[in-house]
Amino acid sequence: MSAIHDTQASLLEIAAPRLRFMAETLREVARRPSALIGGAMIAMVLIVSLSFPLFYSVDPLEQDLMARFTPPVWQDGGSWHYPLGTDNLGRDVLVRLLYGSRVSLLVGFSAVLVAELAGILLGLFSGYYGGKLDSLIMRVADIFMAYPFMLLTISVIAVLGSSIFNLILVLGLSDWVTYARTIRGSVLSLKKKEFVEASRAIGTPHRVIIFRHILPNVFSPMLVLGTLRVANIIIWESGLSFLGMGVPPPMPTWGRMLAEGRLYITDAWWLVTLPGLAIMVTILSINLLGDGLRDALDPRLRNV
Amino acid sequence: MGIMLQYLFKRLWHTVFVLIGISMISFFFIHLSGDPVMLMLPGDASTQEIETLREQLGFNDPLYAQYLRFAGNAAQGEFGNSLYYKVPAMALILERLPASLELAAAAMLIALVVAVPIGIVSAVRRGSMVDMGSMLGALFGLSMPHFWLGIMMIMLFSVKLGWLPTSGRGSLAQLVMPSLALGMSLMAMFARLTRSVMLEVLSLDYIRTARSKGLKESVVIYKHALKNAMIPLVTVAGMQFGFLLGGTVIIETVFAWPGVGRLVVQAIFNRDYPLVQATVLVLSVIFVAVNFLVDMLYMYLDPQISYFEDK
Repeated sequence: MSAIHDTQASLLEIAAPRLRFMAETLREVARRPSALIGGAMIAMVLIVSLSFPLFYSVDPLEQDLMARFTPPVWQDGGSWHYPLGTDNLGRDVLVRLLYGSRVSLLVGFSAVLVAELAGILLGLFSGYYGGKLDSLIMRVADIFMAYPFMLLTISVIAVLGSSIFNLILVLGLSDWVTYARTIRGSVLSLKKKEFVEASRAIGTPHRVIIFRHILPNVFSPMLVLGTLRVANIIIWESGLSFLGMGVPPPMPTWGRMLAEGRLYITDAWWLVTLPGLAIMVTILSINLLGDGLRDALDPRLRNV
Repeated sequence: MGIMLQYLFKRLWHTVFVLIGISMISFFFIHLSGDPVMLMLPGDASTQEIETLREQLGFNDPLYAQYLRFAGNAAQGEFGNSLYYKVPAMALILERLPASLELAAAAMLIALVVAVPIGIVSAVRRGSMVDMGSMLGALFGLSMPHFWLGIMMIMLFSVKLGWLPTSGRGSLAQLVMPSLALGMSLMAMFARLTRSVMLEVLSLDYIRTARSKGLKESVVIYKHALKNAMIPLVTVAGMQFGFLLGGTVIIETVFAWPGVGRLVVQAIFNRDYPLVQATVLVLSVIFVAVNFLVDMLYMYLDPQISYFEDK
């Protein structure tokens, strides 16, 4: 009985400083207005993007050829039936924007996860083991850095064909370098800290040191970097989509809406303006959140 | 000078390594899908046509032999004929390259000319309305996809106001919108970077010394502080030049700018893979060369750097 009690007590002892650290971090983040505003905005975007079919269930592909080029509701000729107007085929712009948000957010967040996973692993090994492995990984990183990112992704997508899965994979795998380099830098300095030397001295296996002792310490730079990169990936995804190499039709995407709307730039301003605004609001909120997180958690990353 | 020369050789060796890696990626990416010949031909191509093209492009040889031939030819600027235009790919690229370089250089110039003064003023008057306003502006600049900005500018300045031509290349008026659209996010990035670097430099001891000597504030800022703040700016500008070249892919499509970006996009849709391969490789080589030059410049600007310690 008392043994159990002891375990609980010691668990609490272990947990307490970590909880305190988390609380402090949260307080630090909450003190930055940009993090709060950005966080609230992106939360809103996520909630709307996930839940809109509950209150606005319209078919994004349904064409109403009688109602082609209906302007948004606040303009002459607009109607509440199509709050943000219709496109050249009479499809509802609002619902297409909402579906487009799902593509952008899914690709953005998943590609960053892929990139983080690859970058963290390579960065950890590179920094921890050093030597030949380190040189090899860093030289490969140099090659990736030297490759024009946009060209790499479009040429690979052109060969593999575009699907959500390929996009996530290609965007993610071409973006691992920044993470790997940042992680490697942190690991190099962490490696010399007493707590790592101490655990090595008592014979802790390398993988335990790497994943249990070092990894938690590089969490904040990865969070900050990841947040800021989501914004970049979403812009790239919409760019690919704009060129006709994004998620294939009929799924509406912001980039393709822009590309299609561009043809009607003289008569239907909303077709080119609204998808871009949607991208901008999303990116702006992610950037605000990322800036706030960076200032709170890792000011060293200021120039990344 | 000995150490610098050694560093130069080390960097050269790295560059060669990177170039070999880039040539490998450029060579292998068309093999990702399995049979590259199937990619290049329309779906209804006859077995005869497939076999002819395969023989013609040497795809029947072992892979390493193909790569060695590719690399050997590439080193001499020889990439074979474009399948679509039936002329040497390199000639097509060289013909279009000046347009892209012009666009990228104009974007870089606009970005630096606008952003650096904004960054300096923001740093010097930290917390003022000017600072907050320009940093908010920079945040918007970073959050705008450049091709959308391009379209918005076309809508406003060409369609509504009729001030500027929508597309093409030749006159200065045609260069304004594409370079501004391409340079916007860079401008935002430079403004933020200049501000944060200046803030850092302005808090250093030697600046305090300069001020306490009674030097004029403008001398302190523009002669003493800015000189050191330039170092990271030059590095980032050099690195970003490559991204600018990549970014031209979309903006050239928006403005019908006759550069390599548009060439490569059309080549992809035409399944003209030798041309895609050549373009990607040429642009990467330019990127690597620019980075190498930036490194050399960096060495010149900051003699304190320790060249042999890995960061």
